Amino acid sequence: MEKVTLTIDNMKVEVPKDYTVLEAAKSVGIDIPTLCFLKDINEVGACRICLVEIEGNRNLQTSCVYPVSEGMVVKTNTEKVRDARKSTLELILSNHNRECLTCNRNRNCELQTLSEELNVTDIPFQGELLETVVDNKSHSIVRDPSKCILCGRCVSVCKNQQKVGILDFTNRGYYTQVGPAFEKTMDETPCIYCGQCIVSCPVGALREKEDIDRVWEALEDPELHVIVQTAPAVRAALGEEFGYPIGTRVTGKMVAALKRLGFDKVFDTDFAADLTIMEEGHELLDRIQNGGVLPMITSCSPGWIRFCEFNYPEFIPNLSTCKSPQHMMGAIIKSYYAEKQNIDPEKIFVVSVMPCVSKKTEASREELEVKGIRDVDAVITTRELAKMIKEARINFDKLEDAEYDPTLGMYTGAGVIFGATGGVMEAALRTVADVLEEDDLEEIEYTAVRGVDGGIKEAEVVLGGNTIRVAVAHGTGMAKELLDMVKAGEKEYHFIEIMGCSGGCVTGGGQPHVPAKVKMDMDVRIERAKALYEEDELSRLRKSHENTLVHKLYEEYLGKPNSHKAHELLHTSYVAREKYGPIREEVAMAMAEAATSKDK
Amino acid sequence: MATNILTVENFQKLAKVIEENKGRQGALMPILHEGQKIFGCLPIEVQKMISEELEIPLSEIYGVVTFYSQFSLEPKGEYVISVCLGTACYVKNAQPILDKISEVIEAKPGGNSPDGKFTLLATRCIGACGLAPVITINEDVYGRLVVDDIPKIMEKYL
Repeated sequence: MEKVTLTIDNMKVEVPKDYTVLEAAKSVGIDIPTLCFLKDINEVGACRICLVEIEGNRNLQTSCVYPVSEGMVVKTNTEKVRDARKSTLELILSNHNRECLTCNRNRNCELQTLSEELNVTDIPFQGELLETVVDNKSHSIVRDPSKCILCGRCVSVCKNQQKVGILDFTNRGYYTQVGPAFEKTMDETPCIYCGQCIVSCPVGALREKEDIDRVWEALEDPELHVIVQTAPAVRAALGEEFGYPIGTRVTGKMVAALKRLGFDKVFDTDFAADLTIMEEGHELLDRIQNGGVLPMITSCSPGWIRFCEFNYPEFIPNLSTCKSPQHMMGAIIKSYYAEKQNIDPEKIFVVSVMPCVSKKTEASREELEVKGIRDVDAVITTRELAKMIKEARINFDKLEDAEYDPTLGMYTGAGVIFGATGGVMEAALRTVADVLEEDDLEEIEYTAVRGVDGGIKEAEVVLGGNTIRVAVAHGTGMAKELLDMVKAGEKEYHFIEIMGCSGGCVTGGGQPHVPAKVKMDMDVRIERAKALYEEDELSRLRKSHENTLVHKLYEEYLGKPNSHKAHELLHTSYVAREKYGPIREEVAMAMAEAATSKDK
Repeated sequence: MATNILTVENFQKLAKVIEENKGRQGALMPILHEGQKIFGCLPIEVQKMISEELEIPLSEIYGVVTFYSQFSLEPKGEYVISVCLGTACYVKNAQPILDKISEVIEAKPGGNSPDGKFTLLATRCIGACGLAPVITINEDVYGRLVVDDIPKIMEKYL
């Protein structure tokens, strides 16, 4: 890339010519404040916090979108700049619901941080507040428009990255709001609850529907046997809430904290991930050998499942019938475990800690129960777990590492990597390879399906004389691209892994907030995934079918993978869903008739 | 509201307009304009069809529709009441007149009365400053009004 030289604050700076002024300043350690800017997602220059002086320009310019040029002279710290930034911020604050003390984002709010950094000591304007309603009707996402600063980060991530497009700007001028079409509540829209809007929001306008109180209540109830399970990706991020660097693995401390919180048993969803591989791997083999519907597509990510049900119902027969690991775990706890421990399943309360907010809605799906007993009773996010640990005054840093309860706590490296994009695929290949080759293979790392660079990942594996073609997509935008190619017959695969969020579960909508400023410097998806691959490498057992506890479960209870009993407990079904609910029958008929006559 | 606007004929017209504009850059605006003409408004069914055909999220279309005041979500009522809020009318107390009408017909500015009979609009200067404050009801013009005139005028239309 050709380079240009410019001057920023009297410093000569040489940068590639496609840089913005913001990037150029950053490269020499000059920190320009931003608010609406979110790297690769929202680069629109809307909030005007990143203003700088550029010689030859009459007005101040937004550095986040202003391209550098040869000989440009920029000043980032003049009285004019400081005053303008501060006034802009004061105006944003003037009609912001400033209940910071009780806000969900207290102390990790980018607006709050900016107020401190820009030394705002007074808000001279009292803007009129719009009458707004908090939407808490869905199981996953709560929207509070009174906190919204109209930065557009959620709009961009939802529309451009995820290709879902639930949120957008509505109305005009002073009345502008961000929200769904026709002022619908989130549960009335085709929202997939990936929660990427939440982790993109700089303030408290979007948050998860908390389930903390129900968990405290269960823990207090002497009648209940309360079991917690933790998803693979939680261990890779929970530490951030307690000051650890991004990418620190805190498995042992997390387990210790959960024991301190008073859970009767601490199990690992990774065990169920291994179980998922047994079921899903054999389902794949069965489909390949017996002419079943291909490509088979993974079903672990509830965000992806909802995306499929709303947008690609024609692919429902392709979805693996396997329940997600969270529900396999719940179903096994309330059947096998309950029987073995002689506990009434009605008295068991299963809590899941998930990196995801869509898991909350998944747990409420009516079909996810066995004989009237819900698989999972409460779902909390990584962020909510951190809140509980803080509220319980547990000194996380000082905790000694603890181990999962052995009854259902054993897992392999294959189960751990479920939390990163490509992980389920790799775990499945490790098992399918051994089955087809009838061998215990040593080459087990399928690096082609790892990582986050370059979009859709593809691989071809020759196993036992069969060529198996696989693909991996992460983020529903990429899933759309992949499915469109499959639909058009441009691509043929046997097996596809799709995760609803870019990077997979490690960067799910329930994970700790990372400020936009930090995201400029590092790819959080890569750092957190490293923690999981590290745990995989350290594991003695790295293939799901080597999990002796899974073996025992089949021997003592389920029989073999995809048995009748396994189907009853571990498999599920999906439904095509109409976007924005059904419309009146006669209108639907009129629309359909108009559409068919158009085709003639 | 009594007349059904969501007819097969209307959807066929819309389908044709979509077909003509599809694939063009900026296709949404002309389609919305024609849609507004065909149906008299742009309710969810109409926006949904446009959304599906153009593969543009419904929220984006709704955003555009609510941004421009010439688009409406509900059909206009039998009587369209426009209250001028231009400078001259405004200083002659047009706001309380608007508030009073809003109270009588139970409609917010930009919206319809519950029975759909009236549509209330707050407009910019209509060029009749000599009559300030002025309102129009369909083709009828009423000028030099005070708040107390309103109930009597409205009686004629209720």
